[in-house]
Amino acid sequence: MSSFQIDSNPAVIELNKVIFQWPNSDSATLDIEHLSVKANEHVFIKGPSGCGKSTLLSLLTGINVATQGEVQLLDSNLTQLSSSQRDRFRADNIGYIFQQFNLLPYLSVVENIVLPCQFSSQRKSNVTGSLTQRAHELLDKLHLPKSVREKPVIDLSIGQQQRVAAARALIGEPKIVIADEPTSALDYDNRSAFIELLMEEANRVGSTLVFVSHDPTLESLFERVIHLPTLNRAGDQQ
Amino acid sequence: MKVIASLAWKSLLNRKTTALLTIMTVAISVILLMGVERIRTQAKSSFANTVSGTDLIVGGRSGQVNLLLYSVFRIGNATNNIDWKSYQEFSQHKSVKWAIPISLGDSHKGFRVMGTNQSYFEHFRYGSKQPLTFTQGKEFKGLFETVLGSDVAKKLGYHIGSEIIIAHGISDVGFSRHDNLPFKVVGILAPTGTPVDKTVHVSLQAIEAIHVGWESGAHLGHSPDQAQLEHHQFEPKQITAMMIGLKSKIQTFALQRQINEYRKEPLSAIMPGVALHELWGMMSVAEQALMAVSIFVVVAGLLGMLSSLLTSLQERRREMSILRAMGARPKHVFSLLVSEASVLTLLGITVGLVGLYGLLGIAAPLIESQYGIQIELNGITSYEWQLLAYVQSAGILIGFIPAIRAYRQSLSDGMTIRL
Repeated sequence: MSSFQIDSNPAVIELNKVIFQWPNSDSATLDIEHLSVKANEHVFIKGPSGCGKSTLLSLLTGINVATQGEVQLLDSNLTQLSSSQRDRFRADNIGYIFQQFNLLPYLSVVENIVLPCQFSSQRKSNVTGSLTQRAHELLDKLHLPKSVREKPVIDLSIGQQQRVAAARALIGEPKIVIADEPTSALDYDNRSAFIELLMEEANRVGSTLVFVSHDPTLESLFERVIHLPTLNRAGDQQ
Repeated sequence: MKVIASLAWKSLLNRKTTALLTIMTVAISVILLMGVERIRTQAKSSFANTVSGTDLIVGGRSGQVNLLLYSVFRIGNATNNIDWKSYQEFSQHKSVKWAIPISLGDSHKGFRVMGTNQSYFEHFRYGSKQPLTFTQGKEFKGLFETVLGSDVAKKLGYHIGSEIIIAHGISDVGFSRHDNLPFKVVGILAPTGTPVDKTVHVSLQAIEAIHVGWESGAHLGHSPDQAQLEHHQFEPKQITAMMIGLKSKIQTFALQRQINEYRKEPLSAIMPGVALHELWGMMSVAEQALMAVSIFVVVAGLLGMLSSLLTSLQERRREMSILRAMGARPKHVFSLLVSEASVLTLLGITVGLVGLYGLLGIAAPLIESQYGIQIELNGITSYEWQLLAYVQSAGILIGFIPAIRAYRQSLSDGMTIRL
């Protein structure tokens, strides 16, 4: 679809000598020498809370900017983009799943899913056919029963809500899908089922998956595991 | 922007109760603001409509507002009467086209009785120079005949042929009634929306006749009966005031000066328009105070909206984070809040307008019957649109406060969900 996939396996995420320090803090929160994630890779980033996971995610999504070093996502160096360019980059290229409470309670299931396409014309144009139809296709793939799709989102179970969130992260085929402990509120069976569906769909749409969790039991489901406390040289000072 | 507007709308629907309350607060303040404005302007125009085509009003020496109030609006009492000879002299003045004598002082069940003559029915004009018309009957001819204003007839259930007793002075109590001398209703006037509707009209001669035996101010002397009086020729000695129409407006000032400098009796001649203007001047302080109060109520309404928006921000941090994760920029979050405030204000104004017209529809007949002020359900004037535009702009501006806060919040929170 784009030039990236012609290349055998280019890096989609590349961090070089990245240091991040909060403005009012005297020590760095994050200090990563190098991190590289290749296209279509499914990466599991694990670590206990406080090891810098949230900070790393805020750098990857362009909410915060590295104090030093280079954060390269696709062909953009996020450290050199303005904040509104980073917002645009995120809208176009990143699908995001939160730990829980992903959905806007005042929108319907389908309205929640198509929301990213409202903020990114690129993701909208990646959808062939109608957005509603695409949303339903994704929900089919993620095994969300048709009967619950017309319900108010707050009446969905947490597992169902997370699948809606996954559909939202995948619509419009963003290059990168970031999931921040999306399964922590699910029981074990649901967890692996959710992750398998998410991976399957990420593969289908050609998205690189970055999955963050403190739960070591999920490790085995991923082809690559990054132990953040090892990677983050500032981690042990937390 | 369309996305934001639709999100703002759906988000508001999700918070129906608070949104409705906010809308009601704004609506009530708009009702008050517009209501005060309406009643203010309509009362003015109602007053201004009361007398039309009269160039000068002449009465005993007094301030022009006082003279205007008692002669035209039947508010308060005359300081002094004017001599019938003065009336005759000026009514025959070369520049005078017509003159209406007015004699006040008596009442009937709370309605003022006014003695006058045929020229009243012929020359008196109200509103935009409309003449008086009869719904039933005709002008009085005989001594004990009366013509009623429409309200008098309607309130007291009189019709042609009814007999009424007039009381001396304005308090209608037993011992002060001219009860041996009933008047027969011969005419009922069409509604005018002016004090005419609340007036009992009799001839000047009748006023003289019923006061035979009342010279001291109370019923002490002997009062003859109706038959005796019918044969007597009464000539009024005094009247309360007179209205004058001139052949040419150019002569207004000359005649006014002449009357004011009249040697035989201290008189005042006023121009109704000028006197009304002075009256507005006196009332402007009260008007401004009323307007200030309603402006403060609008401010209070908008502050209510501000507080509900600010309170909602804390619980909506998750919503903002989700939107940010979807690629919404802080400026989207900003405009989300501003559009919410705008929508709330707009709905408040709309509900307020509907409420205003509803209330005016209910209150207008009451106000008219109580105060004789006609409140018309007119369209919205350009000045009122301007007021509404101020309210709307103030609402939008107030939306900036939560918007700025949400903007900052979404910058610092980013996509972290704080619960």
